[in-house]
Amino acid sequence: MEVWKNIKIKRSFRQIRMEKIFRSSLVLIAISILVLVLAFMLTLIIQSMPSIKALGFGFLYGKTWDPVVNIYGTYPFLLGTLLTSFLALLISIPFSFSIAIFLGEYHPRGWFSEFLKNAIELIAAVPSVIYGFWGLFVLVPLVRSLEIKLGVTPYGIGIFTSSLILAIMIIPYAASLGREMIRMVPASLKEAAYSLGATRYEVIRMVVIPYAKSGLFAGVLLSLGRALGETMAVTMVIGNTSIIPKSIFDPGNTMASVIANEFTEAASTLYLSSLIELGLILFLVTVVINIIGKKVIKRFTTE
Amino acid sequence: MENTILRSIDFDAYFGDNHVVKKVNMDIPKNNVIAVMGPSGCGKTTFLRCINRMHELIEGAKTKGKMLLNEEDVYSMHPIFVRHKIGMVFQRPNPFPNLSIYDNVIAGYKLNGMKITRADRDAIVESSLQKAALWNEVKDSLHKKGTFLSGGQQQRLCIARAIAMEPEILLLDEPTSALDPISTSSIEELLHELKKNYTLIIVTHNMQQAGRVSDRTAFFYMGELIEYDVTKNMFTNPRDERTQNYITGRFS
Amino acid sequence: MAQNINYRLGKSKSFRGLVIFFSILCTLPLFLILFYIIREGIIHINWNFLINLPKPVGETGGGIANALIGSLLIVFYAAVIAIPFGIMGGIYLSENKNSWLSYWCRLSVDVLQGTPSIVVGIVIYFWIVKPLGTFSALSGSIALAVMMLPIIVRSTEETLKLLPSTLKEAGLALGLPYHKVMLRIILPCGFSGVLSGIILAVARIAGETAPLLFTAFGNPYFTTDISKPMQSLPLLIFNYATSPYDEWHNLAWGAALILLLWILLLNIITKITTRRWKIQF
Repeated sequence: MEVWKNIKIKRSFRQIRMEKIFRSSLVLIAISILVLVLAFMLTLIIQSMPSIKALGFGFLYGKTWDPVVNIYGTYPFLLGTLLTSFLALLISIPFSFSIAIFLGEYHPRGWFSEFLKNAIELIAAVPSVIYGFWGLFVLVPLVRSLEIKLGVTPYGIGIFTSSLILAIMIIPYAASLGREMIRMVPASLKEAAYSLGATRYEVIRMVVIPYAKSGLFAGVLLSLGRALGETMAVTMVIGNTSIIPKSIFDPGNTMASVIANEFTEAASTLYLSSLIELGLILFLVTVVINIIGKKVIKRFTTE
Repeated sequence: MENTILRSIDFDAYFGDNHVVKKVNMDIPKNNVIAVMGPSGCGKTTFLRCINRMHELIEGAKTKGKMLLNEEDVYSMHPIFVRHKIGMVFQRPNPFPNLSIYDNVIAGYKLNGMKITRADRDAIVESSLQKAALWNEVKDSLHKKGTFLSGGQQQRLCIARAIAMEPEILLLDEPTSALDPISTSSIEELLHELKKNYTLIIVTHNMQQAGRVSDRTAFFYMGELIEYDVTKNMFTNPRDERTQNYITGRFS
Repeated sequence: MAQNINYRLGKSKSFRGLVIFFSILCTLPLFLILFYIIREGIIHINWNFLINLPKPVGETGGGIANALIGSLLIVFYAAVIAIPFGIMGGIYLSENKNSWLSYWCRLSVDVLQGTPSIVVGIVIYFWIVKPLGTFSALSGSIALAVMMLPIIVRSTEETLKLLPSTLKEAGLALGLPYHKVMLRIILPCGFSGVLSGIILAVARIAGETAPLLFTAFGNPYFTTDISKPMQSLPLLIFNYATSPYDEWHNLAWGAALILLLWILLLNIITKITTRRWKIQF
């Protein structure tokens, strides 16, 4: 026993040193994550400085983007991004809310609900390049025949097709968050409404939705953040043109897709820098949307 | 007091601004069982956790005063050494769920990076489990996970794990409150055996248990040490009115 | 009155019908996608497809060996970089719930999680590609590691937070050093959660294309040198799918099916780990 005690003491000094190293490396890594994000932002700001200085706010409302003659106005891309994202959101909301209500309120359990839950997870898991690929070869011809019926120029590709693809891709975000929020509605509240003679629909409309409102809103925000930043699927089906789209069936470009297409060919400093400024705007917008979304969720879940 | 092993001098403990242990002076003699009792929230568990410096793990916790182990202040030693010398058993049995029974007992050595021979290891495991009166029940399943044992067995495994480190003092924080009566009595019997080799300090809110197992009893109330005496005296002839009230069940 | 009730009940019923209709309709595109990828992909997949390099335009046959190996390597190195940082970051956050640093660190993780993948590509281009003067697989791995990091940090944090604090106390009370308690007791007890977070993160980035466009860049030839541009499955799909050649489209279909199967497998493994390796308390 005495021998062990000596070993114990000798070994322990080593362990105490290791413990100190471990604790400080934990702190160091936490700091480095923070620094990483700050450096991200700083890199984007520094690299977009040339275009911020040269173009100022004209960058945002300039209607022409023509690198050949050094004109960089990003209005077409801002418009394209907003159009595709909000259109996608509009299309996806009935679906994602339906799923949220179905899984959160009507059937939390059962084989079909399990199946639905897995299907939704799978939608989130499929890589965006596969959505783009499929969209290009299956959805585009379908949209083209629709456009022929409607009598508009049958591009096939364009804002509308991108929105359809995006809508599918962002359903899971609002759906799964909405489901969690709806499940958190206290049973006592619902029972109170039932005891007053309310029907299921009335309970959902008067109790469940109002209660889970902020959670559903957060889900929509996260979906939006996702749609704004989505690159590959959109790039493959939007048509990649810098002309301002006149209708939703026209081809266009989003901020993300123009970066993806032109970044490696951008030869001049100003060209590259304006693409990075687009990236910076995209970064800031999605970050703000995400943080608001997360804050809403946090407030909702801790209340 | 002769052969005092632990002495607390004007000891205070806080949670933030909450003063939970107030100016406690207490001498603990070697090879005794000391029961610490009092109504819930009286600071008895906090006091116990101060002895091996577990209290400071909680955010905002502070202490003041001295806690002398063999005349050396534990607050001037590294906590790792303190905890080698002062073992602890918790309210709920908490064997490491990822380790086997054998590895649970030897964890204090193994995870401290102490290389000891296989024979020594086997000897430590066997003698610790013997002392914890668990050997006969688990000797054929040493390499099974400790979490498959019953609650009482798990608690005895935790005792074996603590005494494998050969501590001088063993702290027990309501070790039977999560157990059934049969397991409780087997743990209580064990305490009698253990006091031959160790000094035991047991926190309990159960007066009968304090009376059954301890040589001395300390009564805490509102963070203060109200009375500390030989158990028999305390129960038959308490000096303080508050002790009397507690013993006769006049407050809960 | 009775009519009113019937009207309300009818409304309730039709709302339920509507919800179910939309829910089912939503799975339709998923199955269409799966159906198409499988139908178009399966005919191109054979042994030669897996072990050959792509042939130039005009020649039939050819495979995607370079993209397969490239994808594996890029993802592997990304995981090697991201896992230690992610786990340590997760441990820090689960241990320090209210410190100043953990607030900002948590916010950073949220920011990183919401960052569009194309932006990650841009930044890593300036950090690695430009200083080194060449596109490289390594820069691609770093970009993907940045994307994995928040997922691993978060899942580790959430898993460790759920473990009872008595476990940590048991270790510390035994006089074990803090790092051993965290790495040898707490982490193994949360093993299933941490591991499924890692696999989930791998599944998420295995299909990422945008961050690789300006980093790993793609390469029609076979290479295992991570300082050189490297092909990956998603890049190959993107480049070949948007090309005008049928032969390349075929390769892309096959590659898409393989990528899909890979990601599906990772997702299934995640589910199994979460269920199987839960340690009982």
